[in-house]
This record gives sequence, C-alpha cells and structure tokens, in this order.
Amino acid sequence: MTLESLSFIEAILTSAVSAGTIYLIASVGECVTERSGVINLGLEGIMAMGAITSFIITLAYGHLAAILAAALVGAVFGLLHAFLSVSLRLNQIVVGLAITWLGLGLSAFMGAPEVARELLKALNPSVPEFLAELKQAPRLPEVRVEFLAGIPIIGRALFSQNALVYAGLASAVLLWFILFRTKWGLSLRSVGENPALADTAGVNVFAIRYLAVVIGSALAGVAGAYLFIGYQPFWVENLTRSRGFIALSLVILSSWSPLRAIAASFLFGGVESLQFRIPLRGFGAETPQLIMMLPYIITIVTLVLISLASKGRIPAPAALGKPYSREE
Amino acid sequence: MSEDLLASPGPAPTLTPKVEMRGIVKRFPGVVANDRVDFTIYAGEIHALLGENGAGKTTLMNILYGIYTPDAGVIRVRGVPVRLRSPRDAIRLGIGMVHQDFRLIEAHTVVENVFLNYDGLGFIPKWSALESRLEEIASNYGWRLNPRARVGDLSPGEKQQVELLKLLVRGADILLLDEPTSVLTPIETKVLFKTMRRMAEEGKSIVLITHKLSEAMSVSDRVTVMRRGRIVLSKPTREATIEELSAAMVGGQLIGNAGLEERPTYPAVDAPTLQVSGLSVMGDEGVLAVRDADLTVNRGEIVGIAGVSGNGQIELVEAIAGLRKPVRGKIMLNGLDVTGASPRRLMELGLTYIPPEGKKWGIVPELSIYENVALRVARYKPYSRMGVINWRKVAEVAGKVVSEFRVDTSSIKSRAGSLSGGNVQRLILGRELTTSKPSLLVAAYPTKGLDIAASEQVRRILSRLRSEGVGVLVLSEDLDEILELSDRIVVMYGGRVVGVVRRGEATPELLGIMMSRGVAASASA
Repeated sequence: MTLESLSFIEAILTSAVSAGTIYLIASVGECVTERSGVINLGLEGIMAMGAITSFIITLAYGHLAAILAAALVGAVFGLLHAFLSVSLRLNQIVVGLAITWLGLGLSAFMGAPEVARELLKALNPSVPEFLAELKQAPRLPEVRVEFLAGIPIIGRALFSQNALVYAGLASAVLLWFILFRTKWGLSLRSVGENPALADTAGVNVFAIRYLAVVIGSALAGVAGAYLFIGYQPFWVENLTRSRGFIALSLVILSSWSPLRAIAASFLFGGVESLQFRIPLRGFGAETPQLIMMLPYIITIVTLVLISLASKGRIPAPAALGKPYSREE
Repeated sequence: MSEDLLASPGPAPTLTPKVEMRGIVKRFPGVVANDRVDFTIYAGEIHALLGENGAGKTTLMNILYGIYTPDAGVIRVRGVPVRLRSPRDAIRLGIGMVHQDFRLIEAHTVVENVFLNYDGLGFIPKWSALESRLEEIASNYGWRLNPRARVGDLSPGEKQQVELLKLLVRGADILLLDEPTSVLTPIETKVLFKTMRRMAEEGKSIVLITHKLSEAMSVSDRVTVMRRGRIVLSKPTREATIEELSAAMVGGQLIGNAGLEERPTYPAVDAPTLQVSGLSVMGDEGVLAVRDADLTVNRGEIVGIAGVSGNGQIELVEAIAGLRKPVRGKIMLNGLDVTGASPRRLMELGLTYIPPEGKKWGIVPELSIYENVALRVARYKPYSRMGVINWRKVAEVAGKVVSEFRVDTSSIKSRAGSLSGGNVQRLILGRELTTSKPSLLVAAYPTKGLDIAASEQVRRILSRLRSEGVGVLVLSEDLDEILELSDRIVVMYGGRVVGVVRRGEATPELLGIMMSRGVAASASA
C-alpha cells in the first residue's frame, strides 16, 4: 500500500470518529430512552437546541459551561416530552415531532444575529457583542493521548480527538453497563418490555420513564453541543441536517445496545466523511447530490438488511411507543 | 396420568393450618363469585381446588393472593389474621401464585426475570452468584434450567419453573397454582407433579387449582370442590371417588329437566351440511392440535363439542371456519370440497362463524354499531354500489339487527365497544343472521363471559336456528350448556374425537370421564 493511501485511510478513520461522535452521543442516550419504552422523535430539535446553546454559552462562559448548559436545555426538553408522553400519555410520535419543530424553530430564532447578540449581552456584558455576529465560537481543543496517538492508522482516530469524543465513548460503555448489569438497568428494561409486570413487581414505571427520557434528551443536547463546538463551530440554520433522525435509526441498527451504537455511529461517521471526500477525488464532482444521499440510502439499506437477518423480528422493546396507565 | 403418585401420597399432612379462610364473600356485578366460603390449607399438603370454569376457585385464590379484597370474611395465615391489599402483601407472608398466563418478560433471561426488583439486590448485583443460586434450586427439584437462557426460548414447562423460581427466591411456602397443567405436555405435567410432591415433603403447601378430575385424583392429598361460588365437598383424596367428584363439580340438577327433554328432530336429519373426515390441524406450538378428526353436522341439529380446553377444539373449529389450514383431511360443506377455502368463500357458501371473545374478535370496538354491521354487508348490493357504501341502507339493516336481536342501545351510532358482553354477542349474531341465511353456524364459546340471562338468549337463538333447519356446531366450556343444547355431543381429548354421544345417553358423569380420561368408557357411541 502506498503512503498516500495509508494516510487517506487514516484521515477517513479520524473523521469517521469525529463525525460519528455526533451520532454516538445522541443514539446512546436514545438507546436508554427507548429501552424504557419511550421513543423520542424530538432528538433533531433537541440537538439543534444543544448546538445553539453551546454557541452562545461558549462565547459567554467557555466550553465546559456550554456543554453543561446544552445538557440542561436537553433535559428540560426531555421533561417536556416526558410530561406529555408519560404523564398525559399523548402519542409519542406526535409529541416527538412537535419537540423537533419547536427545537428547530427556537434554535433558528436564537441564532438570528440580533437575538444572539442580545442573549450574549444579557448573559455576559463583558464579551464584545460582535462575536455573536461572527457566528463562530472557539473549537474544543484536541486532547492528544501521547504514545497511543502514534499507533499507525487508528491512533489518530481514537487518541487525538477532543474531550467530548472520549466522553461519548465512555458514556456508551457506562450506559451499557448500567442497562445490562445493574438492578436499575434491569428495572428500566423491564419497564420497556412489560410495564404492567414491572409495576406489579414494585418498579416505579413513571419515575423510570421520566428519568430515561431526561437522560436521553440531555445527551441529545450534548450531541448538539458537540456538533457545534466539537465538529463544525460556525452557526448556520439547520445545522443538524436530520442527524437526529439518523441517530434514531442507528438505535435500531445497534439493536438498542449502547456498545453496538459505537460501531454503528462510527460507520455512519465514515459514510458522512466519505461523501465529502469522494467528490474531491473526482467521482461525482459534477453531481454531488447523489453522493450526498449516501447516508440516507445506507440507513435504509442497513435497516432492510437487519430486518431480513432477524427474519422480520427486530428485537425492539416490546412496549416501545406504548403509553402506560395503571387502569388497563 | 402418573398413577404411581397416587400410591405415594407423601407424609401425612400435619394438622397445623397454614391458611384459614373463613366465610369469604366476594360479589361482582350480577354474580356472587364466592358465597361464604371456608377453605383451609395445611402445611405439607397438596390441596386440589376443583371446579368448573366460573365456579369461583380462581376468585378465591385471587383473594388469598391480595388481588381482590373480599366483601366479607376472615383470612388467617399461620394463625394470625391478615389483610391482604396487594400481591406484595401476600408475598411478604410467603404466599405466591403462578397464573395460568405466564407473567414473564420473554426478551430477558431466566435470572433477570426471577430477580426483577428483588429486595436483597445491590445496585450492581453479583449475577454469577444469583445464577448459581437458581441452579441450586433447580437441581433440588430435578429441573434442567439454564439461568442464562432467554425466557422466550423456553418451553411452557420451563417457563412455569421460572415462575416458581420467582416465588421460591422470595421465600414463598404457600404456592397457588392456577390450572398449571393447561399448557403442559404430559411429560412436563409429570415433572411438575414430582416438583409439587417434593415441595410438599419440604413442608410447603400447594394449592392446585384445576378442573381436571384425574389430576386432582393422582396428585393431591386433599380435594375441595367448588360449584357456583360455594364449597360443595372437601375431603382427603384417598376417600374420594372420581364419580363423586364429577357429580359434585357439575351438579346433578340439570339431569331430567330442560337439559334432556325429548324434542322433535328436524325432518332433514341425515342431510349433512358439514362433513369432516380425517382432519389434522397444526396448533400454534408447532405440534398437531387436531389428529385425524371425523365430524358430521346435519341440517336441523345442534352438535356440541365438549372437552377440557386445550384439547384441540378451537383449532378444529378454526380449521372448519377457514382460519387455519388443515395438514391432512377433508372438509365438505353442503357436498362441496372446501378444504383450505378462504373464510370469505366459506361465508358465501353458507357458513357463518361466531368467533370466541366477541369483543375482541367479533367487532371493532372503536367503530359505531352501524359501522360494525357495515363490515359484514358493505361488500354486497344493495349496501354498496361500485365500492361506494350506501349508508342509508346500512343504517336500515343495522336498525333491524338492533331491534330483532334486542341489542340494548340508545342509538346505532353508539360505539360498539360500549355495549355489554351480551349485547355484543347479540349484535354479532344479528349481523351475521339478518343479512344471510346460513346452512351451517359454527359458534366458538358463544356464551363465555355472559351472564345467565344473556347466555339463555344466545342459546334460544341457536335453538331457533336448529328448528329452521340450520346445522349448528357449538363449542362450550359449560357442560350443562352442551347437554341442554346438543342433539349429539362430540368429545375431544388430546386432539382426537374420542366419542360421540347422543342426546339421552349423555350424562355429566359420562362426559366428565370421557373429557378427563380420553376414554369412551362404556358409552355406546
């Protein structure tokens, strides 16, 4: 193999991980939410809110505050979702879509130059106002793990990234452990399979679902923050570009396991970075539309393959999407 | 079934009552499910609680398990009066129940199912220790159960063992088993009975809720029979006879009254409308549910199918109605071979099917009454033309159904789901019979869950059809009803037709024995 093609592979892997982390953080959280029996179609909107929050808060108070604020904003949207879908038992599809539109609209409004400027002034008057109009924020710094980063081909991809990439990987492992090895995780998964049975076993179905939705939404907020300060730190409207919906389909692709979500997310991160690199190499330079469709085509194809492989029996949580009420 | 267990009834139960229920009364709208019931469970005994469906035995046990609160009566557990508000209260007192339908999470493993929300668990449980604990209990009872297996991959017998494990790890020593053998194969049943015997030896008390006489006889130390909410018999099993128990279960009152009166046979007897020969049908579990069944229904006669549930009756009826493809055999309707025909074609050839659980399978509860009528008629003129429904005509016929079949409703625009069970059943019958004249009516459990008056109305409709020359095939769990209605009774056991008994020759005792033993005894079939 030539040196050039090796470095091409290394570059693809590196950007696969950095693009894939957007999906990873969001889909790991959604794994938890869906394991409890609630589907959150609001990911897209919550990611957008996380992104705009991280933009303004980074300028006002810096990165760490921005990430925490994005998680908090996500959690608040999660509470709204849970109140509507768990307490009021509204249709989860409708609630999720409403939250997506709410988040997309509100984030676009907050990102408008005059609004962003006012928000920034209100939060931290010492910051020069023009910064908001530049629509940019400092990017998260890379944290290079010496030695490991020197490993050929995969070293840069895994050990020369910003802190949120590592945090995303850690959260996948941690949440997998919580879901599949702890008493609480077992209760959560039982609620997603058979809430009535969990209820009679003494599990607080409502508390678990609230918490699962809030955790998933907070992580979606962080995914939005990562998308902005960790991946593409200049604000444009519709920054998320359906990534929330792709994260949703990745949850199916990972069959609701946070560990498999790592592989699925990085695979899609790779597809996404390829779609920008293939045209550079000549193919599709004239008509990039076809290549821009790649992630969506691959989503559909992989879902079809999974469905075929599992003989049409995708192991979704049995109570997914079904509101629970005690009277039934 | 394992007669050897009869010979070794275990140690004589000590005379310390573990549970005493005194004067238990439970009323539901329209019925008294438990009428001043006294029931005692001793340590180390297997106590069979015998009775037909609806006799009140499950209600009594649900009271002991904290699911229902009794309207009157006292419960003492180990001598202490208790109030049971929920199953969790019962579990704390060592009372556990295994329901007929398993309450398990199929996607989870055995160990996960057993220890869901278990009190002694830390945040990070030691799963391997829990697994070996389960293995220990399992080997104690001679079960081969892998704690790491997915419950969805287990057989019914193994699932039942998981249910028992759930109770055992929580320290239950009073075990209530509701019809535990209804889903088991004979071999699995044998394993269960061995387990029960072993548990009794350990001093645990087991209540076997059942309607199968042979089970009560072969495995229990003491037998109590309930009928219509009351205890009618309670004695040590070795002092009881099968004839005595079956008479106590079904009650003798019906013999000689309306049930067996002579009635004119319709002239066209021996003009068969349905002829089934050598029919074998696959069940949901992938084993043959019906084996080599022969059956004839003539015009102007009612044929009843009797059998303990799960012996192939419903699969047979579904095959006749075109809902299940037969594996072998032939079905003839009015002389035409209709084996494997679609339900729609069968309907057009004169077969009308009344499904079980009308509210679930017979109507769309969210739709109005007249829309439910439209479901049946909308395909045909004059109710539709070129695919466009003529709602005025539909409303006319819906009005006719409601008035002729006495569906009690304020308007045909009411939601069908708001009707009572009896009204739903009359709506279904009316819908099927007002718009077409069948030659064969197949009714699966048409009175199940209905109150006495509504059941009587349904039976009257079936009798009227008979006198109009329709062949009627009816499936019922109520032996009295079968005896009252049928001209001939087909008894099924283990998927086979084990006998055909004519009206006048049939007695509850004879049918009870045929149903539970699968032998025709001395019946001249």
